[in-house]
Amino acid sequence: MHLSFASQIINLLAAILLLLSFAMLTQRRILSLINLFALQGFTLTLSTLVVAWSTGQHHLYYSAALTFALKVLVLPWVLHRLIRKLNVKWDVETLINIPTTMLVGIVLVILAFNVALPISQLAGTITKSTLGIALACVLLAFLTMITRSKAVPQVIGFLAMENGLFFAATSATYGMPMVVEFGIALDVMVGMVILGVFFFQIRERFDSLDIRHLEKLKEE
Amino acid sequence: MISWSGLVAQLTEILLAVLLAPVLQGWVNQCRAWMQNKSGPGILQPYRTLRKLFAKEAVLAHNASPLFRATPYVLFACMVLAAAIVPILGTDLPFSPAADAIALVGIFALARVFISLAAMDIGTAFGSLGARREMMVGFLAEPALLMSLFTASLISHSTSLATIVQHLTQAHFVIYPSLAFAGVAFTMVSLAENARIPVDNPSTHLELTMIHEAMVLEYSGRHLALIELSAALKLFVYSCIGIALFFPFGIAEGGDALGLVLALPALVAKLAVGGFAMALIEMLSAKMRIFRAPEYLGTAFLLAVLAMLIHFLLET
Repeated sequence: MHLSFASQIINLLAAILLLLSFAMLTQRRILSLINLFALQGFTLTLSTLVVAWSTGQHHLYYSAALTFALKVLVLPWVLHRLIRKLNVKWDVETLINIPTTMLVGIVLVILAFNVALPISQLAGTITKSTLGIALACVLLAFLTMITRSKAVPQVIGFLAMENGLFFAATSATYGMPMVVEFGIALDVMVGMVILGVFFFQIRERFDSLDIRHLEKLKEE
Repeated sequence: MISWSGLVAQLTEILLAVLLAPVLQGWVNQCRAWMQNKSGPGILQPYRTLRKLFAKEAVLAHNASPLFRATPYVLFACMVLAAAIVPILGTDLPFSPAADAIALVGIFALARVFISLAAMDIGTAFGSLGARREMMVGFLAEPALLMSLFTASLISHSTSLATIVQHLTQAHFVIYPSLAFAGVAFTMVSLAENARIPVDNPSTHLELTMIHEAMVLEYSGRHLALIELSAALKLFVYSCIGIALFFPFGIAEGGDALGLVLALPALVAKLAVGGFAMALIEMLSAKMRIFRAPEYLGTAFLLAVLAMLIHFLLET
């Protein structure tokens, strides 16, 4: 194999992104989860910058800046504030059997790689082989959402899923049009605000952020 | 056909491994002492311990079977054999076709089985407790170790360690994300296998926590000396495998004398850095509960499997 240096760097960053997804899947503490999310955003920014630099696509610089501002600075800050206000900063969540979750995660990664392989062979971009990793990140974030029972980690899982989607967009097609990107950024932002309000409502109603309480729909 | 120069290089390597192994252990202990603001016993302390133990009389329990007597020798032989097939200085090793990476893991497993059997042989509670824990750690660590070795062998299309190292040193500079993952997994496994801090504490005799020390409690004199030397050799061999697979720069290709001479300072420098890093890891982490070990080794296995998958996706 003879890849250019830039695509080797992108591959390395993609691998780190996948690793961070696994770390988020198995992290018990909410605080570390937020830090991991910020780190994932930072890796995403770096990979977008490398893609922008190596392909000369100028709009990717803007989207890298947007990613940095939103996913490394604003969202982690909002989340930090939120968990401080909700007083769940040191919450430790009991997860179902971490080794099992990891094995399920590995199966998901194999699945994602197999699905993405024929698609990425059609693509002509230098980052085509990272499509499988992007898909795997999305699936792992999905699994993170499924295995959590508290509201805040679920939202972080949702945001991580958006990270994976964004990475898929950069790797497959060198990013989406600017309008779409702004739209998604705004969506994520607004979603975060609405969910933040929901957190307080859920806690006020049930005295806990455990969303299993939401399964009971009866009036008491 | 074994050439004379190859044989000489091979014997030099084995001798070097046996001589340097206690020094490496002493260096790790010394670094740890420095980080704890202690003056430390000096890097030659393991030699002094060995001399003391070899001079002492070996005491055996009445009900000790021949297996108990044979185990220290089997253990030492296993570790010497492992040292013989790992490319420490050069890749021209006449012994290396005898065993590849998979057989190497097998040799370590053989040593583990023997020491566990010997620990249970006397019938003390501590011995069997340590043996059970060792087997648990072993069966979790082995798949992760194999997977990380497989990643390196996938890159070079061979399971022979000498060929892997040759391939990695010859290729021009390429970033292998898979190799980085495998390297982290290998580090985690080697900490567990060498009874180092996240899994076991080598400097404690507290019965609730010890694994390796619990198994060798009944040994004394020259038997204990051989076991201590084997433990040091195991650490040395693991460090050398790590160096050979993940930092192979400086290992001599083939058997030229100059390359071998130049490889020695490179090896010593890399071992010094590696030993310091190991002491640092040990200082920064706390020993975990024994029931957390599956999680820790599961993570190592996950990393190794990810390394393989990433190799297939990104590097083929």
